[in-house]
Amino acid sequence: MTIPAPDHKRYFIEKLGLSERLMERCLGEALSAGGDYADLYFESVTSTSLGIDESLVKSASQGISVGCGIRVVSGERTGYAYTDDLSSDRLLRAARTAALIASGPAKELMSGFRHTETPSLYPVAGATSDAEIAAKLALIQRADKAARAYDSRITQVRAGFNDELRRILVAASDGTFASDTQPLARLNVFVIAQDGSANGGSGGTARGTSGGGGRVTMDFFEGDKSPEHYAREAARTAILQLGAIEAPAGEMPVVLGPGWPGVLLHEAVGHGLEADFNRKKTSAFAGLIGQQVASPKVTVVDNGLMPGRRGSINMDDEGNATQETVLIENGVLKGFLSDKLNSRLMGMPNTGSGRRESYHHIPMPRMTNTYMLNGEDMPEDIIKSVKRGLYAVNFGGGQVDITNGKFVFSASEAYLIEDGKVTRPVKGATLIGNGPEALKYVSMVGNDLALDEGIGTCGKAGQSVPVGVGMPTVKLDRMTVGGTGQ
Amino acid sequence: MSQPASTVSSDLQQLASEVLSKALKAGATDAEAVVYEGDEFSTLVRLGQVETLKESGSRAVGLRVFLNSGKAQRTASTSSSDFSNESIARLVEGAITLAKITSEDPFAGLPEAHEFGKIEEDQHLYFDDVNAMPPAERIEIARRAEAAAMAYDTRIQNSGGGDFDTSTSHKILMNSRGFTGEYRRSYCGFSAAPIAHDEKGNMQRNYWFSNSRTVTKLENPEEIGHEAARRTLKRLGARQVKTQKVPVVFSPEIARGIIGNIFDAANGDAIYRNASFFSGMLGEQVAGENITVIDDGTLVHDGIGGFGTRPFDGEGLPTRRTVLVERGILKNYVSNTYTARKLNMKSTGNASRGLAGNPGIGAGNFFLEAGTLTPDQIIGDVKSGLYVTETMGFGVNLVTGDYSQGASGLWIENGELAYPVEEITIAGNLKDMYKNIVAIGNDLIFRGASAAPTMRIEGMTIAGA
Repeated sequence: MTIPAPDHKRYFIEKLGLSERLMERCLGEALSAGGDYADLYFESVTSTSLGIDESLVKSASQGISVGCGIRVVSGERTGYAYTDDLSSDRLLRAARTAALIASGPAKELMSGFRHTETPSLYPVAGATSDAEIAAKLALIQRADKAARAYDSRITQVRAGFNDELRRILVAASDGTFASDTQPLARLNVFVIAQDGSANGGSGGTARGTSGGGGRVTMDFFEGDKSPEHYAREAARTAILQLGAIEAPAGEMPVVLGPGWPGVLLHEAVGHGLEADFNRKKTSAFAGLIGQQVASPKVTVVDNGLMPGRRGSINMDDEGNATQETVLIENGVLKGFLSDKLNSRLMGMPNTGSGRRESYHHIPMPRMTNTYMLNGEDMPEDIIKSVKRGLYAVNFGGGQVDITNGKFVFSASEAYLIEDGKVTRPVKGATLIGNGPEALKYVSMVGNDLALDEGIGTCGKAGQSVPVGVGMPTVKLDRMTVGGTGQ
Repeated sequence: MSQPASTVSSDLQQLASEVLSKALKAGATDAEAVVYEGDEFSTLVRLGQVETLKESGSRAVGLRVFLNSGKAQRTASTSSSDFSNESIARLVEGAITLAKITSEDPFAGLPEAHEFGKIEEDQHLYFDDVNAMPPAERIEIARRAEAAAMAYDTRIQNSGGGDFDTSTSHKILMNSRGFTGEYRRSYCGFSAAPIAHDEKGNMQRNYWFSNSRTVTKLENPEEIGHEAARRTLKRLGARQVKTQKVPVVFSPEIARGIIGNIFDAANGDAIYRNASFFSGMLGEQVAGENITVIDDGTLVHDGIGGFGTRPFDGEGLPTRRTVLVERGILKNYVSNTYTARKLNMKSTGNASRGLAGNPGIGAGNFFLEAGTLTPDQIIGDVKSGLYVTETMGFGVNLVTGDYSQGASGLWIENGELAYPVEEITIAGNLKDMYKNIVAIGNDLIFRGASAAPTMRIEGMTIAGA
């Protein structure tokens, strides 16, 4: 059975009353003072958020945001203006504001748009935004119940369901005319565990969080990614933390579990390989293409084409096709993530990585789903190989200083490895390393690649976009662990 | 010159009042509307050339409705950037429909009518020189700041750029219990972010900035550029140090984050859930006797409203001054109406209101009271230790107080700043850290809504090589 590709642009033409003629006029106005390129980015987002807390549905909200961002590029210069009023007057005014960046004779506009087809990596009909509120409510109520049922020491449970439907249309002076409809859903659980007899009778309190989702239908949350799954995960980690000892401090071997620990790649190499930082030579990776920046066992890709994934996109926010980009192959730095502006200025391929938070923002090179490919080691052999070290399986956020390459990521679930065995759970600790060096110490790579559950949000220059990360079990021979213990 | 905040934008007030009356007509027993309008401008100048220029305005409306069943209330909220009649109708209908599926909660609901109010004096939050400044002048300040940084030293050959940002906003809050308030705020600021390299080609970046509510109070672009350069050059040649336990001196920029965690730990929302290490600690000693921490939503510094100053909070209660910690004793939790009811207390006027969602809890101007020592004295007393100028990461756990962050700064040897260090972590537990603040500086300067002077904490663990 073939399903006809959804016509994403119809919404903008029929519902918002926009026409290709008006878009051409706006682009003409945008290039009225010269400039090499102009684009219009129309966006309409509807979002819903539901929250259960103390077993009561305490919050429910919905938001609608509609607008257009207009960009004019002249050499390395970018002018930008946006409007939340899509009348032709306001659009033309925004185009004239963006045009202030250029100063020259008007540019001739191309003749006609080139309509491009986008793939269908995620559902449009049947996305969670179409589902009944009652069905979403049932998910968080189930999560609340399951977390409380897990253990009597779980004293507080909060669960939330957030989803949105983002429609975008890009029309550009280079003929680009592309549109997409991007659903996104996420279920979160947060719990507090309390135990008066923990820590030798002095009592203890701990938190646990879990969550997941993607560009999915409601069916995603049945089966193995059920609310009960996330609830039990949150409860399990909180209970575990009640008995955690001090994390060790200092340099030691670190084994990272599969999935979300891939945030290491996002911070250690991903950001440093975004083309804008490399064009400006402000990245610690600038000039390292073709050089060994990681162990030969390491291959890292950024792949925006994985069906249903949180970081996947049918097209980027400049209307470019999304792709799979090899960043590091067998330890050698292969390429950057680029957008229209940077690929043109650098004379490099455009990897379709131009993303933005909303029509308020100028697009820039960003990651999608970033992960390390499988190696050949068995995860249990990796653990066995460590005499004394840290086994970290879950993390909070991370951060990187692009220029000096230093990055951190904070473990939320970790254990000691003693004589080849995973032993006691330790408290959260931040791990720190140097991007262009850290992956050189990868000595074993597992065969158990997993992507994260679908909770990642990446921030850069004040803009947030949804992303994914992943990796198999990996051993780094040395890394600095920031605990307080021995 | 300062504009009184009472310049009425009758269109927006009328919209808020229309939304409210439609919500009540549709069945809401109470409602609250917020209307926001703002303008933003930003420019980035890099290597002397304008790289980006952005200028725009936006607006949005948010609605919160309540359905009262007698003893308890249901509530929901909606927001929209579209002010058309059709969209407003959907906003109202959506909120009522959503509210019906929420649970009855005896603690939900607007504040009582007698609680509403606002600071009537001019808080000097809006200056029209910000919007009046021509774009060319703004670009010129960004250019001068970057140029000064780049000219400072030959080791600075690259730059993240110089920028200049402005924003102005106008907010109206109105509810069905008779509160109407509005205020305008203005902001302008610029920074320089030079990049320096050493002889091995290793790069370091840092920045410095100036900001205010009025153009007239901005610092000299050359001085800011030079300070950015000095801060960047200081990081060149940084190395790791060994894992050890030493005294740690925090620069004001980093100290304010650690002190900011006191606000988060005293947040009533975390308190009633037992999700804070301050839960159950009211009246207890939570910090050294030298520690007094205050939240003040009414501060005016030299005729300019603080960055955390506003006449009323997100629910229409007057802002105020709240002492959280007085000589080490936890005196107050901070709350909005909901959490105050949960805790059987009075709201401290710290409600923060976004466009949609239930109100959160936010700080006004939040600070650690200054001590008497100079930063040099605080460093001078350290034989061997760390002076932290930057932290990275998300390793702060407010449930347990566990603290573990990436750090960089300068190593202190015999009371002097000796050499730069990086790729290390600092760790401890906030419960102990607040009790071990042994020295507090006299350098309290507000560069944002929160501030803290230089301070020294004994006995933190540094992890490195």
